[in-house]
Amino acid sequence: MVMREQNTEDPQKVAEFEARIARGESIEPKDWMPDRYRTQLIRMMSQHAHSEIVGMLPEGNWITRAPSLRRKMTLLAKVQDEAGHGLYIYCGTETLGVDRSELVDQLLTGKAKYSSIFNYPTLSWADMGVIGWFVDGAAIVNQTVLAKASYGPYARAMIRICKEENFHKRQGYEIIATLASGTPAQKAMAQDAVNRWWWPSLMMFGPSDANSPNTAELIKWRVKRKTNDELRQRFVDQTVPQAQAVGLTLPDADLKLNDVTQHWEFGAIDWDEFWAVVKGNGPCNRERIAARRAAHDDGRWVRDAAAAHAAKAAARSQPAAA
Amino acid sequence: MAEVAAVSMDAVAEFCLRLGDDRLILGHRLSEWCGHGPILEEDIALANVALDLLGQANRALELAAEAEARGRSADDLAFFRETVQFRNIQLVELPRGDFAFTIARQFFFDAFSVHLMDALQQSTHAGVAELAAKAVKEERYHIRHSAEWMVKLGDGTEESRARLQSAVNELWRFTGEMFQGDRWDEEAGAAGIAPEAAGPAALKSKWDEVVNDVFARATLTRPADEFFVRGGRGGLHTEHLGHLLAEMQIVARSHPGAKW
Amino acid sequence: MPDDPSGTASNGADTQWPLWEVFAQSAQGAPYQHAGSVHAVDAEGALQNARDVYSRRGEAIGIWVVPSQSITASKPEDTGPFFDPADDKVYRHPQFYKIPRGLKGL
Repeated sequence: MVMREQNTEDPQKVAEFEARIARGESIEPKDWMPDRYRTQLIRMMSQHAHSEIVGMLPEGNWITRAPSLRRKMTLLAKVQDEAGHGLYIYCGTETLGVDRSELVDQLLTGKAKYSSIFNYPTLSWADMGVIGWFVDGAAIVNQTVLAKASYGPYARAMIRICKEENFHKRQGYEIIATLASGTPAQKAMAQDAVNRWWWPSLMMFGPSDANSPNTAELIKWRVKRKTNDELRQRFVDQTVPQAQAVGLTLPDADLKLNDVTQHWEFGAIDWDEFWAVVKGNGPCNRERIAARRAAHDDGRWVRDAAAAHAAKAAARSQPAAA
Repeated sequence: MAEVAAVSMDAVAEFCLRLGDDRLILGHRLSEWCGHGPILEEDIALANVALDLLGQANRALELAAEAEARGRSADDLAFFRETVQFRNIQLVELPRGDFAFTIARQFFFDAFSVHLMDALQQSTHAGVAELAAKAVKEERYHIRHSAEWMVKLGDGTEESRARLQSAVNELWRFTGEMFQGDRWDEEAGAAGIAPEAAGPAALKSKWDEVVNDVFARATLTRPADEFFVRGGRGGLHTEHLGHLLAEMQIVARSHPGAKW
Repeated sequence: MPDDPSGTASNGADTQWPLWEVFAQSAQGAPYQHAGSVHAVDAEGALQNARDVYSRRGEAIGIWVVPSQSITASKPEDTGPFFDPADDKVYRHPQFYKIPRGLKGL
C-alpha cells in the first residue's frame, strides 16, 4: 500500500517533506503531507484519544467508593483530566480533516482501537494506586517523546498533557505507598493489585519490535523515537526500585538485575493474552464499549436539544426578510 | 450594632454539617456522571461542579468537626455517620436520573446556594465567611452553567422540553425544604452565623425571581405549590440516601482506623 | 461544513457540535495565545467549555472563542512574499530617513 501511495505522489514533494522532518521542523495542518502520513497520524492520534476516554471508566468505577474526601476529589480530578486529554487530542486529530463524530463512531463500532490496558477490571481501591503508578507511568515513558512529535497540533497537545500526567503518576504511587505501610489488610490489597496489573502494564508497550511493522516508519516521521522494547525496558528499570522502596514485590520470578548492562531482565510476556485482549476477548472489552455506547446513545437527545436551541436562537436573531 | 446572642457550639456544628452534607451528597451524585455524560465537554463541566461542591463540603465538615470538638475529622463525619445522622435536604440525595433531571435539580440548588453563599460572606463566624467568599465565586459559575442548560433543554426539542418539564414536576415538592427554617436556623440567625439575608424568607424571594426568569426563557410551566417534603435537616431521609452511603462508605468502613 | 452554525447537520444527523478555536491570556498584559479547540453550539457554551477545558486550574485570566470556520489563515505557499523581511526595501528602515542634526528625541 505504501508503494502505491508513493507512486501517486510527487517524489520531490515527499523528499522535501522528509527533509523538513529530518531538520526538526513542525508540520502544520495546511502543510503538504503524504497521504500515508495523514492517515497514520489520524490513526495514532485518535487511538490515543480513545484510550484517554475509555481509560476514564476503570478509574471512574471507584469515585463513588473512594475512602477519604481528599482521595475522592483527587481521583475525580484525575478522571476529569483524562477527559480533557482526550479532548485535546481529538481536536488535534480534527485538524487533519476528520470530524469528531466520525472518530466517535469508529470507536463505538470497533473500527478503531484503544490501549489494551483499559480492558482490565478495577477490583479494589488499591487498583487506583497501581493504575496511576504503572499505567500513567508507562504512558509518561511513551509520551514524553511525543511533546516533540513532528505534527504541530499533536506536539502541542502532548505538552499540555505531560504537565498534568506527572501529577497522576505521583498520586498513584502515593496511594500505593500509603497502603503498603498501612494495615496488613491494606498491604495485602496493594500487593494483590500489583500482581494483577504488572503484566498487562508491560503489554501496554505493544508487541515486541520484531512484531511491530509500523515502528520504523513512525520513527522516520518523528512520531515515535524509541522502539516498543526500548520503552518497555525503560519502564521496568524505573519501576523495580520504586516497588522495592515500598516493600512490594513484582510478580516475576525471573526479574534480575544484569550487572553489566544495569538493566532489569524480566520474564516472558504471555503474548497470547495480549492478542486475545487486542482482538476483543479481554475481561472488559465488551463492557467498556457498551458503557461508551450507552453514554453516546443516551446523550443523543441532549446533543440534539442544544443544537436545536442554537438554531432557534440564530433564526430569531436574523432580521425579518424585507 | 445589634446584640449578637451567644451561640452554642452545637448550633455552629449543626449549621456547618448542613452546609457540608448538602454539598457532599450533591457532589457525589454529580460525580456519578463522570465518563457517562452526553458529550465530552459536559463530562468535564459536571466534574468541575462536583469538585467545587466536594471542596466546599470538605471545608464545611472540617468546621463542623472543629465546632463539635469530639475529636472527629471531616472524613469521620463523611464516612462513619449513619443515614439518620446526615443533615442534607432530600433534594440532593435523589438518584441522578437523566440529564434533564440532573440539570433541573442542580439549577434549583444553585439558585438557592448562590444567594446563600453571597449572604454568608457577612457571617460572624470567620470560617463560614471565608468558605462563603470562595464558594460564591464558584456558585456564580455553577448557576451560569445550569441555567444555560435549563434554557437549552426547555427551548430545545420537543423531547428535551418534555423531559425537563417532567423533571421539574417531580422535583418541585423537594424544593421547599431549602426555605424551611427550624430552631437551629433561628439560633444561627440570632448569633449572626447566618445573617438575615441568609434566612429562609430572603433566600426564597431571590430564588423565585431567578427560577421564574429561567422558566420563562425555558418555556417551562411552574408547578403549583401543593405539598413540600421536609425532614432531611432532621435526619429523615428518602430510602435513596442509605444506598448512596452504603456505596460511598464501604471501603472506609471496611478498614476502620486505616489511613488512605 | 454546514452553513447552520448550530450543529445540526442538514440531514438531522447526530453531531458533536461545531468546532471553536480558543485563545487564552495567561496574565495581565500578555498576548492572547491559541490554546486549542472545543465543541459548542453557541458562544456562551463555547466560553464555558473553554474555561472548563483550558482554564479550570486558573491558567487563563481572559478567553476568546471564535467559530473555527470564521478564521482565515494564510497559505503555507504565501509564507515567502507574505512574511519575508524587507531586507531589500531600504526605505522601510528608519535609519534611512535623514534626520537633521540637533533634533533630539527622535
